Amino acid sequence: MTGQANAGRPNQLLRNLHSKIASIPMILTAVVIFLGGTLWTVFYSFTNSKLLPRLSFVGLDQYERLWAAPRWLISIQNLAIYGVFSLIFSLVIGFLLAALMDQKIRFENAFRTIFLYPFALSFIVTGLVWQWILNPEFGVQSVVRSLGWSSFTFDPLYNSNIVIYGILIAALWQGTGLVMCLMLAGLRGIDEDIWKAARVDGIPMWKTYVLIIIPMMRAVFITTLVIIASGIVRVYDLVVAQTSGGPGISSEVPAKYVYDYMFQAQNLGQGFAASTMMLITVAIIIVPWAYLEFGGRKRG
Amino acid sequence: MADTVTLKGQAAHAAASRLTPGPQGKKPRPMFSPRNIMVYGALIFAAAYYLLPLYVMVVTSLKGMPEIRLGNIFSPPLEITFEPWVKAWSSACTGLNCDGLSRGFWNSVRITIPSTIVSIAIASVNGYALANWRFKGADLFFTILIVGAFIPYQVMIYPIVIVLREMGLYGSLTGLIIVHTIFGMPILTLLFRNYFTSLPEELFKAARVDGAGFWTIYFKIMLPMSLPIFVVAMILQVTGIWNDFLFGVVFTRPEYYPMTVQLNNIVNSVQGVKEYNVNMAATILTGAVPLIVYFVSGRLFVRGIAAGAVKG
Repeated sequence: MTGQANAGRPNQLLRNLHSKIASIPMILTAVVIFLGGTLWTVFYSFTNSKLLPRLSFVGLDQYERLWAAPRWLISIQNLAIYGVFSLIFSLVIGFLLAALMDQKIRFENAFRTIFLYPFALSFIVTGLVWQWILNPEFGVQSVVRSLGWSSFTFDPLYNSNIVIYGILIAALWQGTGLVMCLMLAGLRGIDEDIWKAARVDGIPMWKTYVLIIIPMMRAVFITTLVIIASGIVRVYDLVVAQTSGGPGISSEVPAKYVYDYMFQAQNLGQGFAASTMMLITVAIIIVPWAYLEFGGRKRG
Repeated sequence: MADTVTLKGQAAHAAASRLTPGPQGKKPRPMFSPRNIMVYGALIFAAAYYLLPLYVMVVTSLKGMPEIRLGNIFSPPLEITFEPWVKAWSSACTGLNCDGLSRGFWNSVRITIPSTIVSIAIASVNGYALANWRFKGADLFFTILIVGAFIPYQVMIYPIVIVLREMGLYGSLTGLIIVHTIFGMPILTLLFRNYFTSLPEELFKAARVDGAGFWTIYFKIMLPMSLPIFVVAMILQVTGIWNDFLFGVVFTRPEYYPMTVQLNNIVNSVQGVKEYNVNMAATILTGAVPLIVYFVSGRLFVRGIAAGAVKG
C-alpha cells in the first residue's frame, strides 16, 4: 500500500500523514519505553545509584556485588530448578493431555474448560490457593496423616530445601492448560493421512507419536518452549503470594530481587544490574529462537 | 478440522460399502473398551486434579473457623455460613484499613475499564495503520514493539517511573492506565494488524477510490467488520489487567491498590489470627471476574490466549 497514493508529491514527511500521527503512541512506546528504557537501565547498571539514579560510574562493581550476594545466587539457583522442571513437566503433561483430548473423545469442550480455567486466574490467586492446600497444619499433610499414616511429611512451603517445588506445583497447575491448548492445536494441524498410513503399516500408537507426530510438531514445540521460558524468567507474583520468598530467603527469584532492591532497599544500582541479568537470560532464549524462526525462513 | 476429515472419511467409506454387500457403516467401537477406559480414566483423573483447588476454595470459604481447625480441607462444610464472604468483602483488614476487599474491587474496576478501552483504541488504530497505511519505517517500529514484548518488565519499570514522575502522574490511576496501555500494545497491535491484513484488500481500495480517508475508512468500514477481534482483545485485556499485580504495586499509591494487591495484603498480613475461611472467600472474590469472563466467553477466550500466548 506504500507507494500507491502518489509518486510525485514533493514532501516525503507528509505522505501518509494521518497514519503517522495515529502511530505516534506506538512509535513512542517502541522507541522511548522499550528501546530507550532498556538502554537506560543497562546504562545505569554501571553506576552506583542508590536512592536516586545518578551518573557516577563504578564499572562492573554492581555485577561483582550481585554475583557475590547469597540471595542472588539462591535466586538464580531457584530459577534454574524451577525453569528446568517447569519446562519438562509442562511440555510432557501438556502434550499427554493434548494427546488424550485428541482421541475423538466426548465432552471435549468440558474437559478443555476444566484444564484451562486456572490460566484465567491470577498468580496471586493461584499462589494463595496452593499455600492453603499445602499448609501442613490443615492441608494435604494433615489429611494424609489423619488417614492413619502419621509420619507422612509433605510441607514444601515450610521446608527450605524443597520450597521451590511447592511453587512449581502451583505454577504447573496454572500453566499446563495453556500448553495443552497449544499442543492440541498442533495435533489438529497434522494430516489425518499420516495416522492412516501409520495404521496401515501397523505401527503402534505410542511409536507413531514419538517417531512421527512429535518430530512433525517441532515448530509448535519450539513456540511453546519460548512462551514457557519467557514466562519462567518473569515469575514473581506467584512467589510473593505463596511464600514471600521464604522460609528465610530460600524461595527468592530474580524478579523479586530486582523489585526489592529498586523499591524497598533503595539500592537502584543493584536492581538495575539484576534486571540487566534478567534481560541477558531472556536474550539467550530469544535470540536463537528468532534466528531459527525468522533467519532460517529467508534462506529456505 | 480433524472432525471434518473423519466425516469425509466416513462418507467415502459408506459410499464404498454400499457397493459391496456386508455390514454397513463404521465398525462399532464398544463403549467400555480397555482403550476407552484408559483414556477417560486418565482425563477424569486429570480433571479432578485441576478442579480440586477450586473445590477446596469454595468449601473452605463456607466453613466456620472452628470447623476448619477440626476437619480436613477436603470435607464439605457441615454448617454452611456466608459470614466469611461478608467479612472478606466489607471488613477484612489490610494494615490500618478495615473496609475489606470492596475498595480493591472498585479500584480494579476503575483501572480495568479505562485501561481496556484506551489500550484497545490505540492498538487497533496502530494495527490498522500497519495493515493498510504502512509508512516508511513502520515495520521497524513494529519489530521493536514485538521484540519488546519479551523484555522482562523489571528492565523497563524504573525508566517508566521516571517518565511518569516527570509528567506528574506517578502514583495516580492515569499513570497506571498508561502503563497498561504500553504493555498491552505489542500483543494487541499484532492481533489487530493480523486481523486487518486478513480482510479483503478490495474493500479498502474501493473506499479509497470513493475518496474516503484514514479515519473514515477506519470508523465506517474496518470497525464494523471487526467486532469479533475487538471482543477477543477485550477478553485478553480485562483478564490480563484484572490479574496484574506488579504494575499495581509499583505504579499506584496504596489507596488505589487493585484487588490482587489488596488480596495479597489481606492474606499474607502477619498481624492477627489467620482466618482461612475469610482468606479463601477473598481469593474467590478476586478470581471471580476473570473466571466469569472465561466461562462466558468460552472459545473466544481460547482464541485470545492463543494470540496472547506470545506475551508469555
